[in-house]
Amino acid sequence: MSVPVLQVQGLSVCLPPGSERELAVDGVDLSLNAGETLCVVGESGSGKSMIANAVMGLLAKPKVAPVAGRILFEGKDLVALDEADMRALRGERIGMVFQEPMTSLNPLMRVGDQIGEVLDAHRSLPAAERNARIIAALRDVGLPDPELIAQAYPFRLSGGQRQRVMIACALVLEPTLLIADEPTTALDVTTQAQILALLGELQRRKGMALLFITHDFGVVAEIADRVAVMQWGRVVESGMAQEVLRAPKHPYTRALITAIPHGRPRRNDESTGVPLLVVRGLNKTYRSGGGFLRPGRQVHAARELSFTLARGEALGIVGESGSGKSTLGRLLTGLIARDSGQVLFDGHALAPELRRRPAAKRALVQMVFQDPYASLNPRHTVGAAIAAGPVAQGVPREEARELVVSLLRRVGLKPDAADRFPHEFSGGQRQRIAIARALAMRPQLLVADEPVSALDVSVQAQVLALFEQVRREFALSMVFITHDLRVAAQMCDRIAVMHRGEIIESGMAADVLQRPCQDYTKALIAAAPRFDLNQPQVPGQ
Amino acid sequence: MNKLGFLARRLQQGATMLLVIAVINFILIRMAPGDPAMVMAGEAGAGDEQFLQQLRERFDLDRPLPAQLGSYIGHLLRGDLGISYRQQAPVLDLILERLPATLLLTGSAFVLSLASGVAIGVWASSKVGTWKDSAVSFLATLFYATPLYWLALLAVLVFALWLPWFPPLGYQSVGMGYSGMAHVLDVAHHLVLPTLVLAMFYMAIYARMTRAAMLEVAGQDFVKTARAKGLTPGRVLRAHVLRNALMPVVTMAGLQAGAMVGGAVLIETVFAWPGIGRLLFEALAQRDYSLLLGTFLFTAALAVIFNIVTDLVYTLVDPRIEMP
Amino acid sequence: MNSGFLRRFRRNYGAVAGVFVLLLVGCGALAAPWLCSHDPWALVQLPFVPPGTHADLLLGSDALGRDVASGLLYGARVSVLIGLVATTMALLLGVGLGAVAGYYGGWVDTLLMRFTELFQAIPGFAFAIVLVAIFQPSVQSIVCAIALVSWPPVARLVRGEFLSLREREFVAAAQLSGLSSIRIIFTHILPNAVPPIVVMGSMMVASSILLESALSFLGLGDPELMSWGYMVGAARTALRQAWWVAVFPGLAIMLTVLSLNLVGEGLADGLNTRIDGRMR
Repeated sequence: MSVPVLQVQGLSVCLPPGSERELAVDGVDLSLNAGETLCVVGESGSGKSMIANAVMGLLAKPKVAPVAGRILFEGKDLVALDEADMRALRGERIGMVFQEPMTSLNPLMRVGDQIGEVLDAHRSLPAAERNARIIAALRDVGLPDPELIAQAYPFRLSGGQRQRVMIACALVLEPTLLIADEPTTALDVTTQAQILALLGELQRRKGMALLFITHDFGVVAEIADRVAVMQWGRVVESGMAQEVLRAPKHPYTRALITAIPHGRPRRNDESTGVPLLVVRGLNKTYRSGGGFLRPGRQVHAARELSFTLARGEALGIVGESGSGKSTLGRLLTGLIARDSGQVLFDGHALAPELRRRPAAKRALVQMVFQDPYASLNPRHTVGAAIAAGPVAQGVPREEARELVVSLLRRVGLKPDAADRFPHEFSGGQRQRIAIARALAMRPQLLVADEPVSALDVSVQAQVLALFEQVRREFALSMVFITHDLRVAAQMCDRIAVMHRGEIIESGMAADVLQRPCQDYTKALIAAAPRFDLNQPQVPGQ
Repeated sequence: MNKLGFLARRLQQGATMLLVIAVINFILIRMAPGDPAMVMAGEAGAGDEQFLQQLRERFDLDRPLPAQLGSYIGHLLRGDLGISYRQQAPVLDLILERLPATLLLTGSAFVLSLASGVAIGVWASSKVGTWKDSAVSFLATLFYATPLYWLALLAVLVFALWLPWFPPLGYQSVGMGYSGMAHVLDVAHHLVLPTLVLAMFYMAIYARMTRAAMLEVAGQDFVKTARAKGLTPGRVLRAHVLRNALMPVVTMAGLQAGAMVGGAVLIETVFAWPGIGRLLFEALAQRDYSLLLGTFLFTAALAVIFNIVTDLVYTLVDPRIEMP
Repeated sequence: MNSGFLRRFRRNYGAVAGVFVLLLVGCGALAAPWLCSHDPWALVQLPFVPPGTHADLLLGSDALGRDVASGLLYGARVSVLIGLVATTMALLLGVGLGAVAGYYGGWVDTLLMRFTELFQAIPGFAFAIVLVAIFQPSVQSIVCAIALVSWPPVARLVRGEFLSLREREFVAAAQLSGLSSIRIIFTHILPNAVPPIVVMGSMMVASSILLESALSFLGLGDPELMSWGYMVGAARTALRQAWWVAVFPGLAIMLTVLSLNLVGEGLADGLNTRIDGRMR
């Protein structure tokens, strides 16, 4: 048995005084062998990224620094190493890839130079060989036309391409350990699948060890050999991935696994069949830039969108970023004016712009937004935020106050929340407040725009359950916008898949998921990290 | 974005701005109390009826307003900024005569303030949290709050009157008849105090800006990537932090260059430096409105040109704007 | 909210010191007629009496025998008055234009921004000189000139704030709640835009005082008002004989402007906003 590439023994990392807890990482043990993939899983604040930074020596010392334990890399203790020796290891023996590809490359330096400086820092190569290695590194990560890309600046590349460049920088000197800190979290599902495949292939070819930080158990199921689950700085469970996933022992692990959307289509169908919303030929084009003699850029965010929603039904709009799904949500609510097309609500036409709609009609369609931190005015109390709508409609203050209290109870919050400010609540609680605010207007249709994407996995399940409950109690119809097919399948009766502004496929949820017709839908389904180990894989066989 | 197209658009905008400034100038003369001809002639010339008649004819002051405006613009395009009665010379000639002195002063001050301001800012950003950084920040705030003309007077008091190291006034020693190298050194000797004083204020601005920009860029993701590659701290600072931090500083510098000409008015007045600023002051003291407005228009034009040049430099440096 | 503000403000020692100096200046300005024994224009003594040598003249006398200390106190009135009024005018103008441009966007925004850019391109100090010279120096013309030269940065700041706040989701939610545009601007957008405006306002009072003093130095001050800039200007010719006449008023200007800048930075810390207006 060879020496493990990476061995973390009893590592503890402290946080600056005044932080919510004393230790970011508390007595953590990890072990990783060559050719193996270890996934460290946890929610935000679990300390998983701290471990990655600690191994690379990138902690913000002295306020955030290791206070106990050892990090053994090929037998050497990295904690005890001085900065110059650590620098020699970085980029050469240990490579790292970060989460945000859009901001992780120097915008003023050509791509080729950014790879070249890794070579320059650790080796002294003649120019011809240096360039050849840069091109080879770009080719290795699957970028087409590597010569052209080497001369390009990062702003020309997409998120997926930039992530590949980062991987090229990390791997150009063939390190024995690659640390990947949530490298696919900011990418689309299909791009994520490609990057994961790339990492897997590179690992097999070069035999390196991969330390992969993530919050997504689906990714764990796809790529991990070993897994360590972290909560509040401690490893609560670790072992071989297959075993932990099949039979989780720690309650937190079990809670996390059950919280993942299972993607099984709903069985209940509360739809009444009476059409509530009829959308025909909706179009919206965004124009930007442009000047005196130059045409600007045009983005067709919505192309001839048509669909029907029955009363009581939930329709899921699924698509990746840029598909136009958010635009559709805003077109329905009237926050953005459509260029052409018709929207009929209960048989009556709705004006394109919210301002033009009569007061009574404005309440009919309400929205819950994606970012719980941006959707509540930080200077207004929760009660004021919820009551704003009814009060504007002329409801007397006392009655509005009672409405606020009852709604807060319904969404699972205590009535005294009404006098507190948004910053005192967590993300999940703020989404509950946002739901209460939408409900205060007594809408018939609720549009939810990626309402759980910004929340931790364990909280997501609770908020989704709240949506279900609210839908039943208030007899709401819903349009549920998401990029996650599993969530759509779980929450919606019907699904419409959007791509580049068009609805390319729609139908009953079960049909779309199990018998997709379009190639894009099939690609979306295939790319979603699969997780059902006890279920037949979706698409089912 | 296309660099050539961008430049063409900026030039067009600049030309429009100059036109509008000329119109504002025109309006100002008309809005001043009294007969436009008397306003333009200034205190001295208002008594000379012949001069007033000359002005009326030259600038069509008896014809309706639109014709006057057209005539005014026409004169401007021909380089005719009016005549100064007091100094008995066309305004443009007076300006061009003084221009080199101002350019020498503001040019030197600009280079000095930018170079030293950036250097101090970079240094301060590396010493964040220490007393050295706090001292630099405080001194920068102090100089930013100091009236330029007062600093100039203090400099004259201390370094020219109490400690006679530098001459208190002027561009060159009067009546010495230096030529060649001796002349250059003489001018340089006279240049030191005014340049230093003018530079101090702007040095404070650049130092603060650079420091803030360095600190902000240092916290960005790509700097972390650079460190993760094992690059030396020097390389990270130069190629990654500094290069990105200098972009906003360059922009600000270009804008300040235009404003610096305004600051030159005060410095040139205190040091009796024979530049455009001094000319403006003289016009002011003599209530010579023709000269005053002509000089103002020229100064504004210079500022607009500096802005365009800054934009040009920016487009050359920023790779996000493509070559044609 | 408020307790957090005081706590953060208190931590900035410079800002606290600044507040004290400003209070001193303010009190001096208000109490000038009672504190001074002489009218600043009165020729009370021999010229060029050095500071501290005469019981009645704490800070000496100037070239015409006027009391420097009285001049300082009355000068404080002028600076405070002009600084505050000019800043208020510039703020009204800038906030109004910026809010309209930022909220409505589109061609309104483009038009107003071109207008703002134009004003910003004109060298401010030279323009102020020309304006005051043409309309004859008086408090009114000085205040208007300073306001006209100072408003563009405010407009840009407010426009930026409105543009970004308009896109925030809580504004969209307010629209869905049926609130009118005016109510949204006043209850949602403005309160969030106020902190950077307050910070900028404080800095603007500082720059207004500097500008006014520079104008007075050049002889463009209101001839009936004894201002600090005028005192420095008048001292120029007799610098060698009476350094104190130039030094003390300049010191007063510097300390006042410095305090205003420090208080501005303290406000930025306390209100949790950045000096250039972006949210932290």
